[in-house]
Amino acid sequence: MKSMSTTPLSSVSSGKQVHIVSIEAGWGLQRRLTDMGLTPGLKITVIRSQKSGSVVLDVRGSRLALGRGISHKIMVRTPDN
Amino acid sequence: MVKKEKNRITVALTGNPNVGKTTLFNNLTGSNQHIGNWPGVTVEKKEGSRSFKGYDLKVVDLPGAYSLTAHSLDEVISRNFLVDENPDVVVDIVDASNLERNLYLSLQLLEMGVNLVIALNMMDVAKSRGYHIDAGQLSRLLGVPVVPLVASRNQGIDELLETITCVAEGKIHIDRLKFSYGHEMDEEIAKLESAITAGALSQKYTSEWLALKLLEEDEEIVKKFEELKPDGEKVLVVKNNSLAQLARIHRNAAGIVIADARYGFISGLMKDVLKKPAAEKVSISDRIDRIVLNNWLGIPIFAAILFGLFQLIFNLSLPLLNWINGGFGRLSESAAGIAPDWLGSLIADGFIGGVGTVISFVPIISLLYLGLAILEYSGYLTRAAFVMDRLMHRIGLHGRSVVPLVLGLGCSVPAIMAARTIENPKDRLVTIMVTPLISCGARLPIYVLLAGAFFTAYQGLVIFSMYFLGIFLAILFAWLFRKKLIRGESGHFVMELPAYHMPTIRSVLIYTWLHTKAFLRRAGTIIFIAVMLFWLLDYSGVIEPIGRAIAPIFSPAGFGQWQAASALIFGVLAKEVVIGAFGTMFAVGDGALGEAISTQLGWTPLAALAFMAMCLIYIPCVATITTIKRETNSWKWTGFVIGYTLLLAWAVAVLIYQIGSLFIA
Repeated sequence: MKSMSTTPLSSVSSGKQVHIVSIEAGWGLQRRLTDMGLTPGLKITVIRSQKSGSVVLDVRGSRLALGRGISHKIMVRTPDN
Repeated sequence: MVKKEKNRITVALTGNPNVGKTTLFNNLTGSNQHIGNWPGVTVEKKEGSRSFKGYDLKVVDLPGAYSLTAHSLDEVISRNFLVDENPDVVVDIVDASNLERNLYLSLQLLEMGVNLVIALNMMDVAKSRGYHIDAGQLSRLLGVPVVPLVASRNQGIDELLETITCVAEGKIHIDRLKFSYGHEMDEEIAKLESAITAGALSQKYTSEWLALKLLEEDEEIVKKFEELKPDGEKVLVVKNNSLAQLARIHRNAAGIVIADARYGFISGLMKDVLKKPAAEKVSISDRIDRIVLNNWLGIPIFAAILFGLFQLIFNLSLPLLNWINGGFGRLSESAAGIAPDWLGSLIADGFIGGVGTVISFVPIISLLYLGLAILEYSGYLTRAAFVMDRLMHRIGLHGRSVVPLVLGLGCSVPAIMAARTIENPKDRLVTIMVTPLISCGARLPIYVLLAGAFFTAYQGLVIFSMYFLGIFLAILFAWLFRKKLIRGESGHFVMELPAYHMPTIRSVLIYTWLHTKAFLRRAGTIIFIAVMLFWLLDYSGVIEPIGRAIAPIFSPAGFGQWQAASALIFGVLAKEVVIGAFGTMFAVGDGALGEAISTQLGWTPLAALAFMAMCLIYIPCVATITTIKRETNSWKWTGFVIGYTLLLAWAVAVLIYQIGSLFIA
């Protein structure tokens, strides 16, 4: 059985590709992330993962920087093979 | 369908932030532009004009936006302009190297049913990454004209203008794009559409768009229906039923489902339009970011860039400053001889001594803005916000607070306005409250003059220490306010990091020119009036008793002379006036002014340092106060800023003088 466990985006290391499972945030923040291209189900690449937990992502070809407060709230799944 | 009066075409420019919108706007209009405010708000509104083939094009630059929802002021402004002004053509500038995310806005513009032209900008960047974009295919699939551009090299501008006129003339007709939001969603949209029928709102908006916005739970549109009694309420009941129905089918809110459908449509489009190389190499931008965003190097690099920038500005501008001052000095000497006496004094002391001194700082101010333009346009400023976010978070601010604070080095007014990009109201308020502590361009002349006169050998260091003091106090007080006064969680950090690019010389020069012009206009109006008023009061002997009454307050800080107190009073009008007032009182131009202050007031270097700190911190200038009032919409907080800066300034000046005296004695 393949692992289906989800982890917060903040714990993903640089260079990894992940699928967004859910965004555990209020309506306003969810809306903003959507406008900037980040939607549940999307495959993204973590370009940089800072030790503080903030991240830089490749989202639909653009570079999106998220603070640690948000990256904790985005649950992702690593596509294993 | 488009009707124009007398060959006039209104063109609205829109697009995501950082897609070269400003560059295109500058290319289209040249320096033929006008900066104002959107009615009722302080968001900058830029308008320009251009003639093309007998048409008079009025170009309006809308604020950069990612979307057309109602939750950011910038987006609401764009949306309202498109609806209320109904521009003949809307040009959506799209970053070709970042097509997928950019087209999300284009799709929403098409939903609104505007006459859209897509300007596919940064084709050179896309090409350098090996992207192949089929613009013709994109145009066919979206049903709108698509014009490839390289705005930074002025390529494709004529084609764009040509397309704009064709659309305005109706030679190119734009159909509303139809695509499915998913079967269930389409059904609910149709249901709502028929419920909306022909009401007051349908004159401005299509019912299809209204239905879509209702399902997206758009606050503005929902409010419009609430106000529309009794029909509006019926529509809202239908909306609630639809949302309940959709909630049974979808896991996500309807707004997210709609957004997902748009992105899905775009992904499909990408397959037909965009060919990327199989293995994408790491872009230069990402490689620079590896260093610039590095855990350890990020903040030192930011500090080094700011420091380097200031070194450069001073080293370049000081010789110019001295040269201009020499000229004014000679002019002042010859003017002093003019009879009658009062006229000679007015010209020599009031005009040349006061206003001339202020004007001599034009080189330094323009270089400062040149530096800021490069920081902003190159894309570095957003990186600075990101690397500073953690530190800023710790003092209770937001990474984005860095942008207003850096812009504050130029002028507090646009800096405070820039704080509106901070969404959390508490973060924003605290940022506004501490921004005046950042030393702006207007305070620089005071340091340059006094440091030159009292600290010849260390003037660079002394000036830098003032900047450092300002930054230190801003951080300290942000932390204090956040801890004691305005408590609560600070907002989240979400920011796009645009690809780095060389700012075009033209854009940088236009930015510099517009701000230098604003400085000159200030020198010609408020500073001129303030200095002239000061001259009049000084010449008639009114100012001296007032100054004498206040002066003792500043004795513990080492500058308890009536002249210093008088200059400080008038400095509230504009900080440059402090220098102008000294020039008037001592009847000398800037060249000899430092010496006059030293001999006639008997200041020690320590007193001069305390006075510089006083000028840095005390009450922001009138323009800043007005902006704070407008942006916070609160007299209470505006009054608070005036109060705390005055008390803090006095305390710091006294501390510098008293503690310094201990060491020197």
